[in-house]
Amino acid sequence: MQWLKKVFFLYYDGFRSMTIGKKLWLIIFIKLFIIFAVLKLFFFPDLLKKNFSTDEERSNYVIEQLTQTK
Amino acid sequence: MSLVDWSRGQFALTALYHWLFVPLTLGLSFIVAIMETIYVKTGDEAWKKITKFWMTIFGINFAIGVATGIILEFEFGTNWSKYSWFVGDIFGAPLAIEGLLAFFMESTFIAIMFFGWEKVSKKFHLAASWLTAIGSNLSALWILIANAWMQNPVGMHFNPDTARNEMTDFAAVALSPTAINKFLHTITEAYVLAALAVLAISAWFLLKGRHVLMAKRSIMVGSVFGLIGILMTIYTGDGSAQQVFKTQPVKFASMEALYEGETGAPLVGFGIMGKEVPGEPGHHPFSVKIAFPGMLSFLAAHDAKAFVPGLKDLIYGNEEHGILSFQEKADKGYVAIQTLRELKEAKESDPQKYKELRAKFEDPQWMNTYFKYFGYGYYKGEDPALLLPNVSMTFYSFHLMVILGFWFLLVFLLSLWWGIKDRLAHRKLFLWLLVWTGPLAWVATEMGWITAEVGRQPWIIQDLMPHMAAVSNISASTVQVTFWLFTLTFTILAIAELKIMFKQIKLGPKDGGQ
Repeated sequence: MQWLKKVFFLYYDGFRSMTIGKKLWLIIFIKLFIIFAVLKLFFFPDLLKKNFSTDEERSNYVIEQLTQTK
Repeated sequence: MSLVDWSRGQFALTALYHWLFVPLTLGLSFIVAIMETIYVKTGDEAWKKITKFWMTIFGINFAIGVATGIILEFEFGTNWSKYSWFVGDIFGAPLAIEGLLAFFMESTFIAIMFFGWEKVSKKFHLAASWLTAIGSNLSALWILIANAWMQNPVGMHFNPDTARNEMTDFAAVALSPTAINKFLHTITEAYVLAALAVLAISAWFLLKGRHVLMAKRSIMVGSVFGLIGILMTIYTGDGSAQQVFKTQPVKFASMEALYEGETGAPLVGFGIMGKEVPGEPGHHPFSVKIAFPGMLSFLAAHDAKAFVPGLKDLIYGNEEHGILSFQEKADKGYVAIQTLRELKEAKESDPQKYKELRAKFEDPQWMNTYFKYFGYGYYKGEDPALLLPNVSMTFYSFHLMVILGFWFLLVFLLSLWWGIKDRLAHRKLFLWLLVWTGPLAWVATEMGWITAEVGRQPWIIQDLMPHMAAVSNISASTVQVTFWLFTLTFTILAIAELKIMFKQIKLGPKDGGQ
């Protein structure tokens, strides 16, 4: 328990005494929000996961696509 | 522009943006660890201040770059879904290891680096700094292994029932000569970039007459680290070139704009390319050229008389040297594609035929004769020019990278020499050169990336999958929207973050230094 307490206060005190780090954390959170809550959610779906429910369907689709030649 | 162009453009933009920050993290982490080692060994408080200053720069850069690479993984799932499926678990294993390492090793030890100065012993703190450096470099290892597999796919077996590549030999994937050379060449050039950043910032302090002791000491550490780094970069670059010659001869010929193959081929040290000759794809005769006889053959095979195939040999074939033409490869690849199609059709309707076709995919000889050229099958009867990269872009990016590399070698030698003699502060012109050489390190590293990635086009996986077969069936306008959204958002974020970085540099060490 003593060890866990030490680890907790390492992070707690570290974050509290930050100066420049606070601005950076703000930017990191904005960036992560844009990446995960905007880009991933609305613009970057995993197409095969979204459009098919089983791996077999995904395989069949990809083989169908890959074997289309002129 | 087509869907493929927009998707490629978006991937290139994201990767180039991500790569602005990664090399500084990789190199600066070791420079910080070295500086802290000197502090722990000597007990000199000035070294502690120096370490803390560069650690702050490292922290800002780490924060700026963090998570930008994730977007590349999003793009795999959306823009390149067929490719993502085709690579199977080859990418999964290295990327999973990278994710675990990055999360546990870096986040734990970075916290100790920044928050632990007064909380843990000197030696424990030093160990955390070294482990942060090792951890971040190991993270780079796994993604570079994945990239190397795309350049030289080994250690896998294609499963025709699932259309996925299954890893059969992890060691072959992780320790392929392409992967080893790529990793070493990439991280050592990252060390060069970080060393040049340290030199540029320190030179600026010297020009301003501020933090002189810190600047002089930083230049000494940066010069030694950078000199070792650039020598290793040149050495591993030689290894990389040999691998490219063996596994990606079209890229190799494009890097030198070599159209006609030669024994004792010359190396172009400097050249200006003319317009492409009509009817001769990839042939850009030089209007100006400085060449070194036999050097290209030596670079390729460590034999000044070795034959180096040119683009013409690779497009139309060269029987004497056992080189198949693009069209012969396309015919073989077409057979592999049709066999896969027939197998799929026979799976439900004709068990006997399915069994016979399935056996082909288990036959090493058949795989080596036909499946090896699977990707060429999409170009059967097409213009061979479609199988060439942008030769002039590959040539110029490669040569700019090499020229800059040798300039960096000279810079490190001079800064080390004048640093030892303690004459740097009086060499104003040289200090300005150091300041301006800093940004050139980013130019060189991005040129290296362009050489590696543009030079291998049209392959997303060498010889097996061209980008046109890998791209998802989505509309180009969807990719355009995310392309511009990404550009706008990340330009704003980059400006905000760089302002913080420059402000911190201007402030200098927190405790004033000297």
